[in-house]
Amino acid sequence: MARAALPRRLNWQQAKVVELVEETAQTTSIVLEPADWPGHQAGQHVDVRLTAEDGYQAQRSYSIASGPEDEHLVLTVERLDDGEVSPYLVGVLQPGDELELRGPIGGYFVWEQSLMGPLLLVAGGSGIVPFRSILRHRAAVGSDAAVHLLYSTRSLDDVIYRKELDAIGAAVDGVDISLTLTRDWPDDWSGHRGRIDRQLLEEVAWPTTQQPLTYICGPSGFVESAAGTLVGIGHDPSRIRTERFGPTGK
Amino acid sequence: MDAVDGNAIAGELFDVFGDEMTTAVGTCAHCGATGVIAELRVYMRAPGAVARCPRCDGVTIVLVNVRGSARIDLAGFKLAPPHDHPVLADQRPVS
Repeated sequence: MARAALPRRLNWQQAKVVELVEETAQTTSIVLEPADWPGHQAGQHVDVRLTAEDGYQAQRSYSIASGPEDEHLVLTVERLDDGEVSPYLVGVLQPGDELELRGPIGGYFVWEQSLMGPLLLVAGGSGIVPFRSILRHRAAVGSDAAVHLLYSTRSLDDVIYRKELDAIGAAVDGVDISLTLTRDWPDDWSGHRGRIDRQLLEEVAWPTTQQPLTYICGPSGFVESAAGTLVGIGHDPSRIRTERFGPTGK
Repeated sequence: MDAVDGNAIAGELFDVFGDEMTTAVGTCAHCGATGVIAELRVYMRAPGAVARCPRCDGVTIVLVNVRGSARIDLAGFKLAPPHDHPVLADQRPVS
């Protein structure tokens, strides 16, 4: 049998840190210039690898926060105080440093214009990161896919990309953003309160007859709960894509 | 420890198969459930990763990386014919 193609390699490469942007007290965006970036799809991630002087290596996956059309590759990392990798990325890493990464990775939790909408994006905590990429991509390609974004955080101070999301929610046609705060909220808070539940999803999610394409990203328990509730309401499981991440600082 | 999912081992799988694998469809050898690798429940305990079926919790994929060399056990997950994976088709006759 003739070889159709040589196996592609996913090579580790160095990326230069251009800038660090503090998003919240616990999260920082790392703006990167990889040596050789082939481009990515909205929703993909990269693997980051740290190597100690004795050769010990630790590796983690981080969602890409930048849109495919953006000038730089951006990762947004939440600092876990007892973590092995994130305290270095958020706290030690400086502009001008090099970071070892490989990517882009993943073909499942991605959105392209051809997939159309309507879209339901459900984020818990730093699960908002891949959705920033999707929203930026949607704007860059001029897609008119209607989007409902439901974002759950502990408090207003924990909202990542708050200014950008406020601006999109206020000015971008077809994108509707709902926040729910689970622990603390301002006295005059008029948004949702409490964890995402059936009532909130019935209010925010598209009617099942519109067959929305749903993406859910967050800690495992959050994703299980949101996905299970949506299926219970009658949403088609095959139209729900999920991405779970491990321990969080919360 | 909470499980993550198959998205978390996309990089390792790419290393082994030379292609993006999280959208590859397979069947659980224990209960017969069919789904994509991205939706498997994955436990990332060092020194490897164990992927389990989201329906029956049976072990589907075991992935271990020793000194940069990845070993994979797919006995619990029967991959569907690789229509979308020409590279995989080429690498498959392992059994």
